[in-house]
Amino acid sequence: MSVGIEVRNLRVVYDGFVAVDDTSFHVAPGESFGLVGESGSGKSTILRAICGLAPVTAGEIALVGRGDRPKPGSRGFRRLVQMVFQDPYGSLHPRQTVDRILAEPLAIHRMDDAERRIEQALDEVGLGTGFRFRYPHQLSGGQRQRIAIARALILEPQVLLLDEPTSALDASVQAEVLNLLDELRRRRGLTFLMVSHDLAVVTHLCERLLVMAGGRTVETLSSEDLAARRVESPYTRTLMEASTGFRRA
Amino acid sequence: MSPLLVVDDLRVAFPNREGALVEAVRGVSFELGRERLGVVGESGSGKSQTGRAILGLTPPQGRVTAKRLAFDGIDLLTCPPRVRRDLRGGRIGMVLQDPKYSLNPVMTIGAQIVETLHAHERVSRREARERALAMLAAVQIDRPERVYGLYPHEVSGGMGQRAMIAMMLVADPDLLIADEPTSALDVTVQLEVLRILDRLVADRGMGLIFISHDLRLVSSFCDRVLVMYAGRVVEEIAAGELSRAQHPYTQGLLSCLPRLGESRHPLPVLQRDPAWAL
Repeated sequence: MSVGIEVRNLRVVYDGFVAVDDTSFHVAPGESFGLVGESGSGKSTILRAICGLAPVTAGEIALVGRGDRPKPGSRGFRRLVQMVFQDPYGSLHPRQTVDRILAEPLAIHRMDDAERRIEQALDEVGLGTGFRFRYPHQLSGGQRQRIAIARALILEPQVLLLDEPTSALDASVQAEVLNLLDELRRRRGLTFLMVSHDLAVVTHLCERLLVMAGGRTVETLSSEDLAARRVESPYTRTLMEASTGFRRA
Repeated sequence: MSPLLVVDDLRVAFPNREGALVEAVRGVSFELGRERLGVVGESGSGKSQTGRAILGLTPPQGRVTAKRLAFDGIDLLTCPPRVRRDLRGGRIGMVLQDPKYSLNPVMTIGAQIVETLHAHERVSRREARERALAMLAAVQIDRPERVYGLYPHEVSGGMGQRAMIAMMLVADPDLLIADEPTSALDVTVQLEVLRILDRLVADRGMGLIFISHDLRLVSSFCDRVLVMYAGRVVEEIAAGELSRAQHPYTQGLLSCLPRLGESRHPLPVLQRDPAWAL
């Protein structure tokens, strides 16, 4: 009963500036798909367009697969498609407790049994109910990102939009969060659409990926292709080489 | 030849809410010649506070102590503030992480470079301008005259970071402390900035302290690396010997990174041993 997501010829224009142009991809139900590129390439804008935070100038966004497929912008869509933002220092309300942060989406979507759902969500991200009445400033970066993931999961979504979920975290904490995401996807059959500038992180979590530059598609390839260095465009090659570190000429 | 910088048993402590002192840096010792030294650690490991203590940029409530903290024979802890001020930005420069926050938003890039020069040398206006332009050209900015008159918000991150490097190098320092100089930049821009930094450091024979959280980047850039954990140096390794790291923390840090062409599910997670922090 899981759903995937399809984007066809998406174009996003802000005040005459074309942020995303003619971008299409298909994420099958249960698949994990990555969007890679440098700042300004339009990768985050695609996620924002999907969940209604950026204007869709042209093109189409739709859920695919069996089961309910509500239209973008509808309440049903907003429940099934949830986003986790990059910076857990900025994406949690500093004056709200974890309990309130997690109760809010439940109230918006009029879901019952809040008590049990909050406890379960905390358990699921490996924090336990001891964290329920803390404020964000009392948590470490990794713990905050777990809260952000719990806030997305509490609505029982099918598609998670992950916008650089680990780039603000230390390497050791990044590994923990990546493992958590991996496990949640397996357990719940989630579909991931993940944005990152780190090729290694994307290939670790995703089966296929799309490389973007300047709002346009450079190429689509599978993680195995990338791992085996079977890439076509010179831009992807530059990115790949850059990710291995500095080399003295 | 005596070393450029001697750090012996450096400690930086901050008062907590009860007034008791908490040590962020707990006895760091190293010597630096004209070489590239990497300092690696996670957030809270004390790597930035070490760099700031050398420059004298510890916040006023912090307390810095050391058996010896000396730059080119000058004892930094006992020398008068005036000497310290002359060193800061003059013979010791510092490049900070994010050009968006560390450049002055209401001064043009050129004016900021000239300001550094005027603070440390007596130069005519015309000479200052010429040297600033030459410095901008040295960090491979295409049209220095244009960038000279731009404000920080008008340039990209990579350009801003190059401007900051220019600002720090214009006074021709002997030691450059770079605190996460490329962490806010895209990977390809990151390499470009590193290449410029590398060449300038080599050409001018400076000492460099490169502070970063990225163990692999640091080891590919520096001659040797200090690995910090909980305010202490847990391991010192020559950059080429990284794969032979002895300390379990260093090994853990290396193995928890996802790598291209390797499928490890789940990733090994760093098991922190409380004994490391003792």
